[in-house]
Amino acid sequence: MPILIYTESEEGKFKKTAFEVASYARSLAGQTGDTVTAVAINAKNNSELGRYGVDKVLNVSDDKLSGFNARAYADVIGQAAEKEGAKTVIISSGANDKYLAPVLAVKLNAGYAPNVVALPESMEPFRVKRTAFSNKAFNITEISTDVKLIGLSKNSFGLKEAEGAAAEEAFSPSLDDGDFAVKTTATDKTTGKVTIADAEIVVSGGRGLKGPENWGMIEELADVLGAATACSKPVSDMGWRPHSEHVGQTGKPVASNLYIAVGISGAIQHLAGINASKVKVVINSDPEAPFFKAADYGVVGNAFEVVPALIEKLKEFKAQNS
Amino acid sequence: MKILVCISHVPDTTSKINFAEDDTKFDTNGVQFVINPNDEFGLTRAMWFKEKQGATVTVVNVGGSETEPTLRKALAIGADEAIRVNAEATDGFFVAKQLARVAEEGSYDLIIAGRESIDYNGGMVPGMLASLTGANFVNTCIGLEVEGNEATATREIDGGKETVKCTLPVIIGGQKGLVEESDLRIPNMRGIMMARKKQLTVLEPAEAQNQTAAVKFEKPAPKGEVKLVSPDNLDELIRLLHDEAKVI
Repeated sequence: MPILIYTESEEGKFKKTAFEVASYARSLAGQTGDTVTAVAINAKNNSELGRYGVDKVLNVSDDKLSGFNARAYADVIGQAAEKEGAKTVIISSGANDKYLAPVLAVKLNAGYAPNVVALPESMEPFRVKRTAFSNKAFNITEISTDVKLIGLSKNSFGLKEAEGAAAEEAFSPSLDDGDFAVKTTATDKTTGKVTIADAEIVVSGGRGLKGPENWGMIEELADVLGAATACSKPVSDMGWRPHSEHVGQTGKPVASNLYIAVGISGAIQHLAGINASKVKVVINSDPEAPFFKAADYGVVGNAFEVVPALIEKLKEFKAQNS
Repeated sequence: MKILVCISHVPDTTSKINFAEDDTKFDTNGVQFVINPNDEFGLTRAMWFKEKQGATVTVVNVGGSETEPTLRKALAIGADEAIRVNAEATDGFFVAKQLARVAEEGSYDLIIAGRESIDYNGGMVPGMLASLTGANFVNTCIGLEVEGNEATATREIDGGKETVKCTLPVIIGGQKGLVEESDLRIPNMRGIMMARKKQLTVLEPAEAQNQTAAVKFEKPAPKGEVKLVSPDNLDELIRLLHDEAKVI
């Protein structure tokens, strides 16, 4: 029986999360003896999925699906699951996946566990570990329905390459006009910049930077590292940076490999938003800042001296290692 | 316009999270409960519609009697009436089923729920509610206008925002940005007094099956000590990030 995965792509290119979901499904299939079928919407290079253990790709090519639409995408994935007879459906836990997942769950009458961080602890009963309480804890969730929907947390499982090639099959789901009742009329997207959701590294600034005019060094540090920029809640509340950069319990969650916090004291709500990041570096002049307790590496020092020096050192490091 | 605002009763954002009964239950000892922050933005936007365009605002919660202070706070902020579905909110699908019944019986034009609650972070109730009722659905909503039978919403997307349009009824998964944090309201004495006289209806739950259960909790493993690097030795920080942490 196949495990069905939805492999998210943007402008025809698979996102890293697509390969993470494939890697997770392959490992699960290794335990259960299932196969892995991917549903890919308007993606260009489906053969890439074979490298992460996908056996078959259902290739959906439809201009109506060129932009993300939660209900239509859920309809496509739901029909693919029904066609394949899949009892386990795995998607990522990005913003679009979380938008479509509950719609898909109702369609498939599937119990849904979002923010999953590991392979199931047991299959009977089906129990899987996920984050809860804004990353302050984990919760073992038991899914009791016949069909199970898993939302894999970004960066939690890693990429696992496998041998093999994916067979490709064209798939044309029937789409209903009702799927397109919510119409996108304008999109305002920063292009050419790494987004917080996709970033491997995030550089974040707080009140310690004293004003928006000092953000140049945060952006430069992010540039050197190929990172996204972010900020703490007070900074977005004061309008120094846009809301979309606010990281924390009521802002964006970050699950990057490296999170560098500059001039952020580390309020509990901020820490909740970055707990899922793997390595945390804190630069703060106050040695008593709570963030040092949550950090892996710390520099106690004046950000206006430390950050420019770090930028220069990183440039040298990059020059030597490129 | 008839507006329904779905309210979750959640631990305050500063709460320390602990578990009881062999780590099978959330320990509520010493925890203060509040309106879920994402719901509070939605409630405030609903109050704006009420004051500027004319609307009635009903708040609803699925929970035991211990959640009533949270509903009373919403009434004190200005909601017209409250409904409590008398059941423990143990599963997103179960909660969505209860809310779907309330939504259908009340024929609401606009239903606002938070994008997710800050306790279980399921983020599934608004979408499930939309699917169960057949209403349109916009998630991660950071702006909302309603003109006649049409809603125009701005929603956050990765790396930006987009504007969408749809007809009512619509279900909104709201968050910060729907209103500014500075616009959030604190109940005043008059509001608190008036809230006592407002109707709080208690409904028994509709028949619905749970699909999931939170069977056990764990706290993250304790973290090791931070490694401090001198600001005069940033080469060492780069070495640690490259050789030890392997992140650059």
